[in-house]
Amino acid sequence: MTAIDERPVDPGVEEPPAATPAFEAAAENADARRGFLLALPGYVYLLVFFVIPVLIVFVYSFADRTPGGTELANWNLDSYRKLGEPVVREILRRSLWLAFLTTAICLVFSYPFAYFMATRSPRVRNLMLVFVMIPFWSNFLVRNYAWRVILGPDGPWSSTTETLGLGSQDLLFTQQAVVLGLVYGFMPFMILPLYASLERIDLRLVEASRDLYASGWQTFRRVLLPLSMPGVIAGSILVFVPSLGAYVTPEILGGAKSTLLGSYIVIQFLTARNVPFGATLSVVLMAAMLAGTLAYFRAGGRNL
Amino acid sequence: MTITRPGRYLAGLLAIALLAAACGNDSDSGGSAAAACEVNGTDGDLQIYNWAEYIDEEQLAAFGEEFGVAVTMDTFDSNEAMQPIIANGNSGYDLIVPSDYMVAIMIEAGNLMKLDKDAIPNLSNLSPEFSGLIYDPAGDYSVPYQWGTTGIGVDTAVVGTDFPRSWGLIFDPAIADQYAGRISLLNDPRETLGAALKYLGYSLNSTDQSQLDEARDLVAATADRLAAFDTDQADELLTTGVTAIGHGYSGDMFTQFTETDDPAQYVYFVPEEGGTRWIDNMAIPFDAPNPCTAHTFINWLLDGDNGAELSNWNYYGTPNQAALDGLEEELRDFLVDPEVIVGGIDSLESIQDQGDFEPNYSDAFVEARS
Amino acid sequence: MTATTASPRGLTRVVLSANVAVVFLFFYAPIALLTVFSFSNDRNPSRWGGFTLDWYREFGESQSLQDALRRSLWVALWSTIVSVILGTSSALALERFRFRGRRVFDALLYLPIIIPDVTMGIMMLIFFGDAIELVNDIFGTSYTKGIATITLAHIAFNISFVSVVVRARLAGMDQRMEEAARDLYASRTQAFRHVTLPQIMPGIAGGALLAVTISLDDVVVTQFSSGPGATTLPVFVFSLIRKGVTPLINATSVIMLTASVLLVLLSILTEGLRGNESTTTTTGGTP
Repeated sequence: MTAIDERPVDPGVEEPPAATPAFEAAAENADARRGFLLALPGYVYLLVFFVIPVLIVFVYSFADRTPGGTELANWNLDSYRKLGEPVVREILRRSLWLAFLTTAICLVFSYPFAYFMATRSPRVRNLMLVFVMIPFWSNFLVRNYAWRVILGPDGPWSSTTETLGLGSQDLLFTQQAVVLGLVYGFMPFMILPLYASLERIDLRLVEASRDLYASGWQTFRRVLLPLSMPGVIAGSILVFVPSLGAYVTPEILGGAKSTLLGSYIVIQFLTARNVPFGATLSVVLMAAMLAGTLAYFRAGGRNL
Repeated sequence: MTITRPGRYLAGLLAIALLAAACGNDSDSGGSAAAACEVNGTDGDLQIYNWAEYIDEEQLAAFGEEFGVAVTMDTFDSNEAMQPIIANGNSGYDLIVPSDYMVAIMIEAGNLMKLDKDAIPNLSNLSPEFSGLIYDPAGDYSVPYQWGTTGIGVDTAVVGTDFPRSWGLIFDPAIADQYAGRISLLNDPRETLGAALKYLGYSLNSTDQSQLDEARDLVAATADRLAAFDTDQADELLTTGVTAIGHGYSGDMFTQFTETDDPAQYVYFVPEEGGTRWIDNMAIPFDAPNPCTAHTFINWLLDGDNGAELSNWNYYGTPNQAALDGLEEELRDFLVDPEVIVGGIDSLESIQDQGDFEPNYSDAFVEARS
Repeated sequence: MTATTASPRGLTRVVLSANVAVVFLFFYAPIALLTVFSFSNDRNPSRWGGFTLDWYREFGESQSLQDALRRSLWVALWSTIVSVILGTSSALALERFRFRGRRVFDALLYLPIIIPDVTMGIMMLIFFGDAIELVNDIFGTSYTKGIATITLAHIAFNISFVSVVVRARLAGMDQRMEEAARDLYASRTQAFRHVTLPQIMPGIAGGALLAVTISLDDVVVTQFSSGPGATTLPVFVFSLIRKGVTPLINATSVIMLTASVLLVLLSILTEGLRGNESTTTTTGGTP
């Protein structure tokens, strides 16, 4: 573990919340300046093409919906008040559960997959990596419609279950179908970071653990899992967050029978043309997710 | 000491954002100026923003050749996605195809350019029932492109031919329960709540909250026997046997039926209680770069032969009286069949934007599905 | 491989291999199905209508479809290149250095992942609309939105995805190799090029693959950042769903998949001819 704890600087140092142009003055040592310069292009890009747009959304969340569009006048908190409606809580609860389920299933199947990949020869690894991604270079909608056929009545899935003597299991337009579709769509997002972090681990540590008579499970719990935690965390975020906002897959495979957060936001922005409320939902969601993500990273990555 | 600083920069950024947002708003209100064009005049290439598969690319090419301009077309999938793109300005499009209620919204928002009717002599080819339309009474901003209805498609192999021509086929448990799990409704607040309102005997443009609540409860009670709420694939679900009863659009249903082995197996009708009639329209964005070419295109498409070619290709109804003779027989049968619109043409209503009441519809729809 | 105990044994090995088989079956089942239907002589891609090659012929004849595909590939390529550079340098800065504003940047990098699609779409619409208006007013130009704005928007979300994957690789990586190189008088650049870069390469490759995939699939943000004549493949397909997606889109997908598989095979072949050099990219594995 010592190898991992080493850091060029003391991670315990708390920096004051800094403002953009203020860093340079503070960059007293060369390391800080180098880090700053390295971060600068990405930072500037996101400031221009992301932060300013996000601020616009923030401003719109206080605006006024009128029949003709959104008026940037009569600033009000109506949209924030609307968040208190019980239907919002119900939608949130349902969406969180679905996203959690998707993430958990992705993790269970991706971890052994990524471990298997990481223990192959470099060539096989790279090949597997590419073959994980290739299906996703086909078209998103076509993939979803293919699932519709597979899960639909008389589709391959129900004929398989029938052959196996389980009876005809028609899954289309059920919650299970939605979860399956989401797992399918987001699994690569889990595999990639897991693989990136597992591949880095010196597998001699695993051998050493086994040589010292640790069981497979102990080795996993005590050696592998802690070392690959950054990958687990990154992967979970990359799956959880987008599945919380997903709306095309739930509509195609779930038949849109219950409103999820993603489609609720789309309905506000487009169908109801209620940009202020759509913006409010987005702002609150982003703030909550950001806080959650950072807390999750801090908690999981404390001993990185 | 560092507390004030981030605050100040944040405030600065906010100010920029506000300024930018305010600028954006200015550009929206620039509409309404009338174009001055000549008949068959052009002022540049034509950029069209249309629904997918709504016009043959070869027909576009024919127009381009005749008038010596290049024609490009991009496609959108909903009125609601198209409108903000146009409203935001600088879209670069010369001609768009919004539906009826969206025309009203876009006029109100100043998104459309006033037409120069002198440059469109073929306006006289329009059937009389397509003038004085409620969303653009004087026809100052829009010209009907195609029209259709919203109703029910039925697979007679499952339901038989002896079923009530009523919305009760979906909403009345006594009739619909036997088809549980094989019914689809449109995933659209106004259409689906509108169908429920019609079944209950109200207007589908009702702004009475208690009527809307009633419709919401009816849809919620129906949800259990639905396969899905689906707008895009209602017709495909029906003809692939996933559903037996599908709420959908006339043209989608007709085209889908003709592609099956036995089109007679399927029936489309608008129930006796009435339903939606919708009209898609040609209109010119307020900041269109080449409005005169767009006028020429509108005039060209209102020509009898060109109008017939359009309908024969996309299988929707034509508002063009001069085009009726050129329609394929099969299509004409669909359009004039008295069994299609059971309650007669007067039972149909167009969806109108209800302004401040509009969010109540989407809220009711969301509640019905949870 | 059997010599190393890290390579799984016994039951674990069986379970791991079975899992790999299941996952690949899961990934490729819909692909197999969509491939089959690309040869179906029925406009509906979920109804078999007999064998035909018409859809491939139609792809060859459809200029608009080929243009859309070309645009998609262009956007995917450039947004990936730029976001890999910016995302990797951001990841390095955050994992390797302490500097003022680090925390803010850290949080900022997650925002593009967290934001709902449609929100980002609407916000890009407003932002590009205003920005272009501003530029046109100041410089007297007449730009409209198009491929360039789509690419700029894709870079904005791809930076985050790349940096998250690269950071998962960098986090806790052994830095002594790099320090050793520096002790042996390698310059900072040399140490980076010959030691750090090969070590983080799997992370970069993963991030790049993710970026390509997300860019190739994006509909909503693209649609709202787009302008006349800039329809990409997914936007084109999405607008088709009202009138029905035909097997033409399946055929297009199959052509793309076949092309990527051929590219992979080609790169394996050329690598095979050059000899096995890639072992340097790893730290773990067989000693």
